Amino acid sequence: MMQIDCPYCGPRAQVEFAYERTLDSIVTLDMPAEEAVSRLYARANPRGLDDELWRHSFGCRQWLVLRRHRVSHAIVSITEYAP
Amino acid sequence: MKRYSALALLKAGLTGQRGWDRAWRDPEPKKSYDVIIIGGGGHGLSTAYYLAKVHGIRNIAVLEKGWIGGGNTGRNTTIVRSNYRQKPLHDLFDFALNLWEGMSDELNYNVMFSPRGALFLGHSDSDMTMLAQRGDALRCDGIDAELLSRDQVQKLIPLLDMSASARFPIHGGMTQRRGGTARHDAVAWGYARAADALGVDVIQKCEVTGFTMDGGRVTGVETNRGSIGAGRVGICVAGNSGPVAAMAGLKLPIEAQTLQAFVTEPIKPMIDTVIMSQSLHCYISQSDKGGIVLGGDPDQFPSYAQRGLPARIEKAAAEAIALVPALSRLRMVRCWSGTTDMSFDGSPIISGLPVDNLYLNGGWCYGGFKATPASGWCYAHLLATGASHALAAPFAFDRFARGATIDEAGVGFMPQLR
Repeated sequence: MMQIDCPYCGPRAQVEFAYERTLDSIVTLDMPAEEAVSRLYARANPRGLDDELWRHSFGCRQWLVLRRHRVSHAIVSITEYAP
Repeated sequence: MKRYSALALLKAGLTGQRGWDRAWRDPEPKKSYDVIIIGGGGHGLSTAYYLAKVHGIRNIAVLEKGWIGGGNTGRNTTIVRSNYRQKPLHDLFDFALNLWEGMSDELNYNVMFSPRGALFLGHSDSDMTMLAQRGDALRCDGIDAELLSRDQVQKLIPLLDMSASARFPIHGGMTQRRGGTARHDAVAWGYARAADALGVDVIQKCEVTGFTMDGGRVTGVETNRGSIGAGRVGICVAGNSGPVAAMAGLKLPIEAQTLQAFVTEPIKPMIDTVIMSQSLHCYISQSDKGGIVLGGDPDQFPSYAQRGLPARIEKAAAEAIALVPALSRLRMVRCWSGTTDMSFDGSPIISGLPVDNLYLNGGWCYGGFKATPASGWCYAHLLATGASHALAAPFAFDRFARGATIDEAGVGFMPQLR
């Protein structure tokens, strides 16, 4: 099982965390419709590293950015999410 | 191709069952084909079969990077049914169910289709309302659905926990008696053998590494066994659609997730229908060999690991034991994972793409096996004619931009909520 090192709480079990979406698919309200559609519905979905937005749902409830490998599940970096 | 029959089996028995031909050839790739299908799973092989059989196109290759049926075709829980609420979905899946019923004869290969019934349990009043609503939608379109009372469910599956203290109380259910299970490997092998007999080249250990393009048009594929030219190229690699489409510079409304399945030690017959639930992701059936086959939740984050979380094993086992307490006495002997192609409305994509001569069949989420024959039928129509089959027209690639999604669960673009 993956362990996720929350910058606020320290290392915790993966089951405490919830995946939200990739970092490049965040949509703001003032975005042109075409860009919003492409952000919502077009994913690189790589067999490798991607930046993902996760939440420590059953912990501090903070948003986190994980750079994570999708085959090995290795986490390269975890940072606080600062929009 | 030597026909399989009881008589042929008996005759071969006199000579020690020797002298059977190999079921399909092992050809070297040709310089070019009219149609190349990437992916030798059930969907790719059935596409090739119907292209040859229905559309008369014989110069076809199916390219498989591993061995045929070694991906999701051999990793699912083998359940076949068509009881979806939305019309585009139940029309497509019921077309498949009709083909399932004749598949063993059609292919001269025993796919062990067993219409033992596919039952959804309802655990609350609202579950029963949802089931009734779905059943009504199905019956309006002539598809069988039967709402069952609590007593009827108990009679059908006496081993369910019907006690007052049950973790998941049972209020009733809905069954589709034409649904059931099939032997998943046999589906890939049967289609491969039948397609091969019609001249299709099924080429294993041939991995596509890129597309050859000419002015925004696909003209062939690069593989680990050299370049192969093609009139049309069909991607049919659900689970790995993203990386393959990326070779053509495309991004898809799909994320890959891991889904596990489990099987117990084989025992005598105890469950003679497929048990599912309106509220739980818990799938229980008994294989012909006797093992209890269990399915559960996907891992709910993107992954190609084909290796799932222990927490999901625990959850699937806990739910199954809560529903059928007798299962607690069994040992689980194997668990495995497949990579699901989670589309952003929960429905498949069978469609042309913004790149000419390139087509996509994918996004089957965790429900592709049951669609195998219809998926191949519709994809063959698309690859042969360049136009969508009427059943597949709603499943176009551009439906997301048009706002015409087909979202059975109604949760939008976040596959982990499905």
